[in-house]
Amino acid sequence: MVSPTSEPLLPVADGCLVLSHRLSEWMSKAPTMEEDIALGNIALDLLGQARGLLQVLGDEDQLAYFRDAQDFRNPLICELPGGDFAFTILRLFFVSCWLAEVWPALAAGTESGEVRGVAEKAVKENAYHLRHAGSWVPRLGDGTEESHRRMTDALDALWPYRGEIASDAWYDRVLPALREASLPEPDRDAWTQRSSADGWHTEHLGYLLADMQSLARAHPGAKW
Amino acid sequence: MINAAGGRDQWPLWEVFLRSRNGLHHQHVGSVHAVDAEMAVENARDVYTRRGEAVSIWVVPSASIVASDPADKDELFEPALTKIYRHPTFYEVPDGVANI
Repeated sequence: MVSPTSEPLLPVADGCLVLSHRLSEWMSKAPTMEEDIALGNIALDLLGQARGLLQVLGDEDQLAYFRDAQDFRNPLICELPGGDFAFTILRLFFVSCWLAEVWPALAAGTESGEVRGVAEKAVKENAYHLRHAGSWVPRLGDGTEESHRRMTDALDALWPYRGEIASDAWYDRVLPALREASLPEPDRDAWTQRSSADGWHTEHLGYLLADMQSLARAHPGAKW
Repeated sequence: MINAAGGRDQWPLWEVFLRSRNGLHHQHVGSVHAVDAEMAVENARDVYTRRGEAVSIWVVPSASIVASDPADKDELFEPALTKIYRHPTFYEVPDGVANI
């Protein structure tokens, strides 16, 4: 039996699962109907990716619904609560830039055929997420005075959570995009939050899991 | 979106055409709102191709479409209704004719 908490795939699986839940909170509330469906599609892609990896790690339902917050290993940025549309888009962009490095590496360098299969599918899905979020970043950053202000606020709020997902390749994607969007250039060396590697989370994950897990825990083993 | 005067500003409307397979022509499937062409293609992808409906998407600004006036339907379309000889089924093919 793999010990899930020491498993290197777990941050990816949990990151996709938790961000999928955060995106699903937009259902019926997005700024336009088209965007509502777009965020829903992306949430479903992420859920599929999470399931693919959790199935490799063990019993997917057990791992998703019966683990407590301290056993989750998602990057903290994924669990931060909703915020406005600018926050949602910038977070999705940051996480997609991370996954744009993760999935090709898993697709190319993994022994497990199952993991490779999940990763190869995810490479294409993530390319679209990156494109969708990436096209909104300059639109909002360089849009109206209010959208620029909201994007600047989102950048301030999210930047301290880049630590677990940032790499040289990540900065190479993110910094030019922020520049193109007329957003203030953030400091690469600025302080970042610690990671969830030792089970430390923000207070928000517990509430998210209560929402996500309560039905499965009230009716364990229930089938649709 | 609600504008300052309390009215609803809508983004421009785009008509969406999909080609379901190579070799077929694009068919109109509906419309989306979008601020620019790039967003229109993305929105069309998200709204109309969730079940593998397409291999190609066209979007056209709805304002670019020139439409016939519904009030003109009598003069435009009714004359055709009585010209049944324009349908191939009007003609009887003699028994002796092959390859038709």
